[in-house]
Amino acid sequence: MTTNGKPKFAMYWAASCGGCEIAVLNIHEKILDVDANFDVVFWPVAMDAKYKDVEAMEDGSILLTLFNGAIRNEENEHIAKLLRKKSKILVAFGSCANEGCMPALANLTPIDEIVETVYSTISTDNPQNIHPQASYQAPEGELTIPKLFPIVRTLDQVVDVDYYMPGCPPESHQIAAVIDLVIQVLQGKAELPPKGSVIGAGPSTVCDECTRKRGLKTIREFKRIQDVQIDPEICLLEQGILCSGPATRSGCKALCPAAGSPCIGCYGPAEGVLDYGARLLTAVASVIDSNDPEEIQKIIEGIPDPAGMFYRFNLAGSLLRASKPAWDIK
Amino acid sequence: MTESFEPIIIGFTCNWCSYRAADMAGTARIKYAPNVRLIRLMCSGRLDPTFILKAFADGADGVLVSGCHPGDCHYVEQNYKTMRRFYLLKKLLTQMGIEPGRLKLLWASAAEGQIFADEITKFTEEVRALGPLNWNPEKGFVAEGHQINHVEVPA
Repeated sequence: MTTNGKPKFAMYWAASCGGCEIAVLNIHEKILDVDANFDVVFWPVAMDAKYKDVEAMEDGSILLTLFNGAIRNEENEHIAKLLRKKSKILVAFGSCANEGCMPALANLTPIDEIVETVYSTISTDNPQNIHPQASYQAPEGELTIPKLFPIVRTLDQVVDVDYYMPGCPPESHQIAAVIDLVIQVLQGKAELPPKGSVIGAGPSTVCDECTRKRGLKTIREFKRIQDVQIDPEICLLEQGILCSGPATRSGCKALCPAAGSPCIGCYGPAEGVLDYGARLLTAVASVIDSNDPEEIQKIIEGIPDPAGMFYRFNLAGSLLRASKPAWDIK
Repeated sequence: MTESFEPIIIGFTCNWCSYRAADMAGTARIKYAPNVRLIRLMCSGRLDPTFILKAFADGADGVLVSGCHPGDCHYVEQNYKTMRRFYLLKKLLTQMGIEPGRLKLLWASAAEGQIFADEITKFTEEVRALGPLNWNPEKGFVAEGHQINHVEVPA
């Protein structure tokens, strides 16, 4: 452990894909500012460090920890609690830590079924039908792996979180801005925002940042992007493409709609939105152009998977959090 | 399921028709199941699906959405929006493992006190047959003796 007097920085990945780490490295030469101003003490993807090194640190000795990833298993939970104890500022970094993201779509399925699908279905080459066990008695002693929890949780469902930084992954310019801010705070030139703030994102919606032309929305049919020719200038929702812009927090500069692809909602709920899926569902359903119950239901068939669509990034952070078969274990 | 199970039902009514129907049922002394807790909104179109999800997440066994008959909305066409959201929400709830029978849409005019009362009694029995919902995503953690970091959800 170095003792060069610089404040300590840590970054951890729990149930995540590694995209957040790449986004951090995408700040290019600004990463040198991180190195100049911080002593990186723990960052499994970038350097060798052991959990016992973190356990040996003094409580509160890490100034800033960026925690990405959801809480899927006992190891994730253990490190979340450990880093909470050791860190002054704990940031839920990226969609997984904030709201569950892709890993939390597993909350639609009971854990037994997920394990079964992974190890036993016809597409799996597993002739001995080996399933993972939490502990195994080997001749050399007991071997253990972290136990899977029944449902995926967000970071703040497990520990107290100081700041929330959304995005899948957070945009690099936003990361750079946040790092700049922290460095200015260290130099006494700025103050930290109030605890619990969402940082590195805007207060409004993606629609607010989107440059497409908006008119009156009426939807007769939901279309899939690969089946139609997209008009390059008109609002995607008006073209029948399910776009998550109306419910999603701004901050990304509406990159996807600008490229002709709908917003998928990776920046999570906009300011004041309690349940992301409910807000998006409201926006989408309200503009269905029919007053006839049967016709409405027929148009809705164009959304084959509403739970996956409206909670693509937000299931663990939603009001219901998981499907009943997933949480209601016997 | 025990015989003593009394379903908790949250009922959303609109100011102009369905709440008046409930009023009418009251002044006419029509009896109906006491399981429903009515919440009056100005319009069924004001009903954010968030309210329905919050009701289920916080212990409701059933949710009733009621408003003016199609075409009769005090705010011209807002109840059509309610109707569109209702069908989509129902589809989503089914994926979440909430039986479609736990969410009901009821149009009732101010004169339909009897219909309102009858439908509530009918809905209460339907939900009673489905049994308690007891929404609790932490169940598996509680069962294993985990400490729960409870997150306050703002109202």
